[in-house]
Amino acid sequence: MGKTSGGRAILPAQSLQTLIDVVHSQGYRLIGPTLEDNAIVYDDLENVENLPLGISDRQSPGNYRLEDDPSAGYFAHVVGPHSWKRFLFPAAQKLWSATRVDQGFSIQTPEDETKLAFIGVRACEIKALQMQDRVFSQGPFTDNGYGEKRQNCLIIAVNCSRAADTCFCSSMDAGPRVTEGFDLALTELQQGRHDFLIETGSANGEALLKELVTRKAEDQDFAEADAQLAATEASIQRRMPSNIPEVLERHLQDEHWQTIESRCLNCSNCTLVCPTCFCSTVEDTTDLTGQHAERWRYWDSCFNTDFSYIHGGSIRQSGAARYRQWITHKLSYWHKQFGTSGCTGCGRCITWCPVGIDITEEAATFCEIDKRS
Amino acid sequence: MSSRKPTSKPKLAVWKFSSCDGCQLSLLDCEDELLTVADSVEIAYFLEATRAQVKGPYDISLVEGSISTPEEEKRILKVRKQSRLLITIGACATSGGIQALRNFKNVDDFIDIVYAHPQFIDTLSETRPVSDYVSVDFELHGCPINKYQLLELLNATLNRRKPNIPNHSQCVECKRAGTVCVMVSQGKACLGPVVQAGCGNLCPSHDRGCYGCFGPKETPNTISLADWFSDRQSMPKRDLKHLFRGFTAGSDAFRKESERHE
Ligand code: SF4
Ligand code: SF4
Ligand code: SF4
Ligand code: SF4
Repeated sequence: MGKTSGGRAILPAQSLQTLIDVVHSQGYRLIGPTLEDNAIVYDDLENVENLPLGISDRQSPGNYRLEDDPSAGYFAHVVGPHSWKRFLFPAAQKLWSATRVDQGFSIQTPEDETKLAFIGVRACEIKALQMQDRVFSQGPFTDNGYGEKRQNCLIIAVNCSRAADTCFCSSMDAGPRVTEGFDLALTELQQGRHDFLIETGSANGEALLKELVTRKAEDQDFAEADAQLAATEASIQRRMPSNIPEVLERHLQDEHWQTIESRCLNCSNCTLVCPTCFCSTVEDTTDLTGQHAERWRYWDSCFNTDFSYIHGGSIRQSGAARYRQWITHKLSYWHKQFGTSGCTGCGRCITWCPVGIDITEEAATFCEIDKRS
Repeated sequence: MSSRKPTSKPKLAVWKFSSCDGCQLSLLDCEDELLTVADSVEIAYFLEATRAQVKGPYDISLVEGSISTPEEEKRILKVRKQSRLLITIGACATSGGIQALRNFKNVDDFIDIVYAHPQFIDTLSETRPVSDYVSVDFELHGCPINKYQLLELLNATLNRRKPNIPNHSQCVECKRAGTVCVMVSQGKACLGPVVQAGCGNLCPSHDRGCYGCFGPKETPNTISLADWFSDRQSMPKRDLKHLFRGFTAGSDAFRKESERHE
C-alpha cells in the first residue's frame, strides 16, 4: 500500500452500502465504527445502518460524551475507546495447546484465516498500525499471526472532518490528512450535498473502486476536501513539544514525578487504549488432570507491578516509576528502539484516563522544568 | 512437571467461619469440573457437601469466613496446625466481609438493638480477616469468589505451578473485554481503578460502576480516585464514605479511605 495511487472518484453517500457489499463479497470480515454502550467502538458492520450517522463526540481529559447532531455525517466522530490493535493483536489469544500422548505430548496451534477489512481508519491510526508493524513484523522477532493478518488487511481510511479537543496528531506528524498506508481513502463532503471523495492507495483499492458506480471527481470536490482538512488541522490546539524526547531524559529524577504519582491510579487504562502499546504477558494453564495445557497471551501494561517482576520482586514499585516508564518509553526511548516516537497524538490516553491525566500537559510541565534548570 | 500419582491424592478440607456460605457454594457450583476435582483430591472435610469426615492433617485447607467470635479465634489456630497449605477464600476471610461494617461502631450497640437477650451473645468487638490470626498461603479475593479463579488456584496448586490470578485493576478487565468505561463515558462512580480484577468484568459490562467486591488491587491510589469523585463529580462526603464501605470495607485501604470521609 503506497501513497495515493491515482484513482479518484465521487461516491454519493446513499451508495455507501455498495462499498460495504463489495468488501463483503470479496470475503472480508468488515469492521468499522458503530454505536455501542454510549461510545463509538469498532465492531462488525453488516450494513450502512450500523455506522453512527448523525452522532458526534465531545472529549476532554477523563471525559467522553456522544451528542446527536443531525448535520453530522457517517464519520463525524473521531477516535473512541477502541483501536484496531484489538483485531490484529487480540487482548486474549490462545497461542497453543498441548495434550499428553503415550510418548510425551502433542501441540496444537489455532488457525485463523479470516481476512479483515477496516473502514473508518484515521490518519493517526494508520501511523499506529505502521508502528505496530515495526514491533511485530519488522524486528528480530516476528509475530506470524500478526504479520499474516496485517498483510491481508484491507484499509479504508477516512480524512477527519473535525478533531476532538484531545487530538494532537498534527504535532506528531501523524494527521489529520491520510497520506499513505491505505487501500481507499474517503473524505466525507457535506456542503449542500452528501458525497464521498474516494482516493485509491493500492492496486487492491483500484480494483475495489472499479466495482463501484461512481462519478468523476471535479476540481471543486478536491477544493472542498482540502478546505475541510485545513479547517480540521487549524482547529487542533493541543500539541506535543518537539524537544520532549531529550527533555524527559534530562529530568528522570525530578520531583514532579511524585506529583504525578499522587494523581495516577496506575490503573493501566492509558496503555491499553493506546494504539501503539504492544506489551503482553503469557499465561500457562493446566487442567486438573494435568493432561492438557494451554498457553495464552494477554494485553499487559507497564502500570501493573507484575510487568517488571524479576526474580525476587517487581522493580517498578512506585507509581512514579511506572508513569515514568510509560511516558519515557512512548516519547523518548521509542525513538532509539524503533526510530519514531511511540505516540501518534490520538489523545485516547487523555480521554480514557479515569482521572484525566494528560500526556501533553505533563510533557509541557517537563519542558517548563527544563527551561528553569 | 511430573504427572501426579493417583495413589497420593491430596486431602482437601473446606472450613467455614463467619460467612454466608456463598464461596463454598462456588466450589459446588463448578458443576462440569466437580467430578474432576473430586477425582483429583480426597475431599476429607467439607460439611457443606458431605457429612463424612476424615481426620487431619490436610494438604489443602480452604477457609471461608471472618473471625468474629472467641470460639473462631481458637478454631482457626487448630485449622492452621492441621493444614499444609491454608488458602482463604472470599471477602470475609480476606478482609472481614460485609460484617466488618460493625468495626466502625461499638458492637454492643448493635447487639442491644438486634437481640432480645443480648447476654447470650459472645462476640469479638471487631470482625477480622483470617490473616490477622494465622499465616495464610494464598488469599483468593471476591464476594463471592470467581469459580474459575478457584479452579485455577486448585489446578495450579495440584500441578505445582504459580496460579494465574493477577492483582491488577478491574480496568484491565474492562479494556481486555472491550467494555466502554462507564466513568469516562457516563460519569458513573466506579471503584474499578483501585479494585482487583477477577470477577469477570461483571458490573462495568452491565453498565454499572464497580462496587469493589474483589477488594483493593495492588498499590491502590484511593485518595486520587476519591478526590476526582468529589471535585469533578461533586460527590457528597457521605456517599464517598459509603462507596468505600461495601463488601471489602474492612480492608486496610478501603477502611482508611472511608474514614477520610467521616
Ligand atoms: S495515567 Fe491515568 S490511565 Fe494511566 S495509569 Fe495513571 S490514572 Fe490510569
Ligand atoms: S500515547 Fe496517548 S496520544 Fe499517544 S498514541 Fe498513545 S494513546 Fe494516543
Ligand atoms: S508504554 Fe508501557 S505498555 Fe506501552 S509499549 Fe511501553 S512498556 Fe509497553
Ligand atoms: S468502567 Fe470502571 S473498571 Fe472499567 S475502565 Fe472504567 S473506571 Fe476502570
